[in-house]
Amino acid sequence: MLLLAVSIIGCLSIGSAGLSFGDVWGILLHQLPGMPDAEANWSSGEIAVVTQVRLSRVILDVLVGASLALAGAGFQGVLRNPLADPYTLGVASGSSVGAALIIFMGWQMVLGIWTVPLVAFSTGIVTLMAVIWLSRSKGVMQIETVILSGVIIQSFLGAFVSLLVSMSEGVVNQILFWIMGSLALRSWEHVYMVLPFLCVAFPILLFHGQALNLFTLGERHAANLGVRVERTKLAVLIVSTLLTAAAVSVSGVIGFVGLVVPHVIRLLVGPDYRLIIPLSAMGGGVFMLWADTLARTALGAKELPLGVVTALVGAPIFAYLLHRRMKVEGGGRE
Amino acid sequence: MKMKANQLTATRQGNLVLDSVSYSFEADRFYGMIGPNGAGKTTLLHLLSGTDRPDRGEVLLDDRPIAEVPRKTLARRLAVLQQGGLPPVGFTVREVVAMGRYPHQNWLGGEESDPASIIDEALDTMGLRHLQKRRLHQLSGGERQRAALAKLMAQQPDILLLDEPTTYLDIGYQVSLLDTVRAWQREKGLLVIAVLHDLNLAALYCDELLALHNGKIAAAGTPEDVLQPSVIEEMYGTQTTAIRHPITGAPQLMLQPKA
Repeated sequence: MLLLAVSIIGCLSIGSAGLSFGDVWGILLHQLPGMPDAEANWSSGEIAVVTQVRLSRVILDVLVGASLALAGAGFQGVLRNPLADPYTLGVASGSSVGAALIIFMGWQMVLGIWTVPLVAFSTGIVTLMAVIWLSRSKGVMQIETVILSGVIIQSFLGAFVSLLVSMSEGVVNQILFWIMGSLALRSWEHVYMVLPFLCVAFPILLFHGQALNLFTLGERHAANLGVRVERTKLAVLIVSTLLTAAAVSVSGVIGFVGLVVPHVIRLLVGPDYRLIIPLSAMGGGVFMLWADTLARTALGAKELPLGVVTALVGAPIFAYLLHRRMKVEGGGRE
Repeated sequence: MKMKANQLTATRQGNLVLDSVSYSFEADRFYGMIGPNGAGKTTLLHLLSGTDRPDRGEVLLDDRPIAEVPRKTLARRLAVLQQGGLPPVGFTVREVVAMGRYPHQNWLGGEESDPASIIDEALDTMGLRHLQKRRLHQLSGGERQRAALAKLMAQQPDILLLDEPTTYLDIGYQVSLLDTVRAWQREKGLLVIAVLHDLNLAALYCDELLALHNGKIAAAGTPEDVLQPSVIEEMYGTQTTAIRHPITGAPQLMLQPKA
């Protein structure tokens, strides 16, 4: 919690506009009701950079990171597979197809800035429904079938995106940039698109924390202890997917956060989902915030794809933690 | 409190595994389920536990179909020790035993009274107090099986279903585990149904034996009734000689090699 607060303050102050720490906080504090008007001390351009551009982006970083990490924790819990991440069920590929198609056709502005997010969100949800439909028989979802269905759908849709990329000439970069993920040029509207999902999903996932703990013993164990297995699986999968789709629709496909943050939290606090879920949300937020700050500042004015930064920074951290724990526990399995 | 299997029929991958099996189970009795591999013992136990549904027939818990009992209510009454026991997870012994309290918790994860003393008692009974901070994947097979039983104790059921509780345990653990279960069964008047592969152990601990063969009940009754060399040869295709246990008087079967 403290780390999150410090990170927000720190990253808000870092940027290419050349404002000092004091400037940023002066402007923000002057936005509070009852404070004197900020325009006395700063230009309207400087105020806009802080309140419109930077604050919304920092908040969006935290929300997207938290959503992806939460979804990752949910998927890993239900699928009981350490390699599960928010994209396992093919949601990201579904969203990518929608977004790539829109960009390919040049329809980005048909519904204003909402076009790509809305279409990406819808195609992501359709993909989830397809996966669930594929993997359900007699009202029961076999975990192995769910994962396999996700893989099938994912590779099919991935091929479709590649097809669009290879067919387009002028917009290749735009499609690829979307797929690699970025939070550049986002605004408060994007924040409002993710926030409601996070507010609904977080308590639902937290409520299922103990049930997910019982899942680690196996579905039959969980059922014998009074968990309604099929209902829990469906609820957690749907909630996690909605979170993923919301995050992906505004940010593109940012890898690694949803896979690794829950694992890092697990390495630090143990296997209890009642801790993993809230801490993953916070850890995901902090991680994404720093990754994006690096993405927008490392090369000066040119932005790095966020997905590249998360993997470049995240993988070594994860490798170090894993290595350290193996030394401590003598290679015990998870 | 009683449990009744009513004409249970089950198919798995198109094969008939249970063929119209009916039986009544009473409280304060230790039932042993025996029979060759593939006879349908585990399937029957899954149906009795309510996690699987039969193709035909029903399980009645105090005259109420088990399918109508809400999962959590059922878990407060009936606990299951699964075949293979607990997987080697990263939870500590105490955390796993505390999971047995899940059916007694409200939706916020709290209980009316503090469960700590119940968990302590279960740990003490199974001799796991000194291991309570250990993680499950650090335990031996026998210790893990004791943790599994301690979890069932924390669940405070009045029906106990055990699927091969002694398989893979050495004779020391086998006897001490079944001793514990029987002491618990006597003390609380539990209904215990255990799938056992070791016929001699079954004869030592069970009040009543149920022999399944090809999805049907081949024989049922006291160990003396069921453990007849003729019945055993019919089921397993193996010749045996029956003798009396010199101390307890229970029937025991001696194997004899054909060559």
